[in-house]
Amino acid sequence: MANIEDYIPIVGQPIIDDLKLLADRLQGKVIQHINSTAVGGGVAEILHRMVPLLRELGVDTRWDLIKGGEYFFEVTKKFHNALHGRQADITQRDFDIFMETSKKNIDEVNIYGDIIFVHDPQPIALIKKKKDNKWIWRCHIDVSEPNQKVWGFLKNFIVQYNASVFSAPSFSQKLPIRQFLISPSIDPLSDKNRELPQDVIDSVLKKYNIHTDKPIITQISRFDRLKDPLGVIEAYSQVKRYIDCQLILVGGTAADDPEGMSVLEEVKEKAASDPDIHILLLPHSDIEVNALQRVSTVMIQKSLKEGFGLTVAEALWKAKPIVASNVGGIPLQIKHKYSGLLCHSVEGAAFAIKQLLNSPQYAKKLGENGKEHIKNNFLLTRHIRDYMLLFLSLSHSEDLVYL
Amino acid sequence: MPKLIRAKEPFRFYTRLHLSELTGLRVTNLSQLLKAIKEVPGSCIYHHTHRFLQQHQYLSPEPPNDFAFWVSDVLGEDELGEKLASIDTIQFATIRSLREKIAATIEEYLRGNALAKLKFARQGEELHFIKSISFVLPTNYVVYDLKEFRDTVKNITIDSIYFHIFEARLRLEKKDNDFSYWISTSLGNKELADEISKLDPYTYTLESLRQVLIRIIDKRLQD
Repeated sequence: MANIEDYIPIVGQPIIDDLKLLADRLQGKVIQHINSTAVGGGVAEILHRMVPLLRELGVDTRWDLIKGGEYFFEVTKKFHNALHGRQADITQRDFDIFMETSKKNIDEVNIYGDIIFVHDPQPIALIKKKKDNKWIWRCHIDVSEPNQKVWGFLKNFIVQYNASVFSAPSFSQKLPIRQFLISPSIDPLSDKNRELPQDVIDSVLKKYNIHTDKPIITQISRFDRLKDPLGVIEAYSQVKRYIDCQLILVGGTAADDPEGMSVLEEVKEKAASDPDIHILLLPHSDIEVNALQRVSTVMIQKSLKEGFGLTVAEALWKAKPIVASNVGGIPLQIKHKYSGLLCHSVEGAAFAIKQLLNSPQYAKKLGENGKEHIKNNFLLTRHIRDYMLLFLSLSHSEDLVYL
Repeated sequence: MPKLIRAKEPFRFYTRLHLSELTGLRVTNLSQLLKAIKEVPGSCIYHHTHRFLQQHQYLSPEPPNDFAFWVSDVLGEDELGEKLASIDTIQFATIRSLREKIAATIEEYLRGNALAKLKFARQGEELHFIKSISFVLPTNYVVYDLKEFRDTVKNITIDSIYFHIFEARLRLEKKDNDFSYWISTSLGNKELADEISKLDPYTYTLESLRQVLIRIIDKRLQD
């Protein structure tokens, strides 16, 4: 695991100095993160990197999990889809299941922090344990057009928090509590993002029998309908009529996502007859994902909804040209025609992919711009800084704060 | 190299780190934009006229403010977008006066282009108003002469340069940027102070602004 000093060659000494200055001002505070899973998905991934670094900076940071059974996670997955604006048949029984598990967690989870940082809807009801400490609710989901039944249910809890955090401006809702905009981040030194020796990349290609004789289009995402893997295959098919290329769909599954396997089956069925479509289930094989991104000619992220879309930042960090949907946090990462191409449809995605495959110099420039943008705005060090500022803001209501 | 003058008072570099606070306020057309610009907190106006400087350091030229970008890119009102983009921010000493200029520019445009009021942003392309919450804190960098100053400018964060050049002048309503003030009052080098004051920092990327400052100071050190 990297130390904070290891980031100096990437972001520079003064950035790390600023982090230390902020950490000094949080001495004596205990920060307690709470979420629902220790593995899989963006939240766990970020916490795995961030918690040790905050501790190293001297901020007493801890991480606890709630517990939940199969029914609970089926309900929270339904909530997740509904908050993303998808049709979802939410019944009173679902709310009852959610509350039954929440009550158990309220009884069992030990709350000891000065600042309690709750991630996503699963642990949201823990706010019932609020005393004189400060509580933050961090929403990682695209709630720009939420199902009102679910949002209304959750809002009863949200309004009891001291502050909330969203990943994109469009997710902001009318709330009586403060709302902060903090984008997630990638860790440039993690296995998923660090530089890889060529022999490692070659061994991954060999393992999955992938040849680089044809351009490679890749989407890295959980097998989830909101990531539109079937739309990706359709876009690839449209490109393939003109350019001989191959498609890699790489996905894992998260412990709190029971829907993943059925989506994977649908994807396999649609791709069945094409030997140039590689479907790889790589749960938690970060180095392999890294290698596959690095050998790709064009990356794609054709999500229908997206909380933030960290895979976009990962691709751009590797200076890859990318085609991505104009949803959620993606437009924060891609400025159309400067650092990637945004699309709104299967046809638009196919057209953009063709453009990039046929204009390698243009594609290269987009990738280079994208890497610089990620370096300035979406690396873990910026994220750690924002979280420390967030903790400090809980004791300041003014717009200009002298520390 | 001439003998270095030791400052009467040292210069301590500060850094300014910002956190974005969402307001929940979104607008979809020019009338709503105008109303919001008149009513939102000054920290919102500051955010939307300075965000690009920090987030898109590698893109130059960039639209210098979100209002110009949104009006052109989303509403398709290129002429108004250009007028907003070309507001000479450096000429305004306060957020209040900058706000008034932006509002007056939109009002004037609407008087001559009534149909522009009928254009609406598509769903998902509304302008969301955001506030900048600034945290100002002293760094450990303290300098006593021009050479130390130059060496620190070389290595300090972009955030620190940003604070002393942009935020000190406009948001803290000081008459000049902090660098010029110190060079003039503590080093007594009015000529160099004036040269830095005359820069229009809004036309540089932050990294190129750093390089320009270093070049100007280097030249003075060699004179």
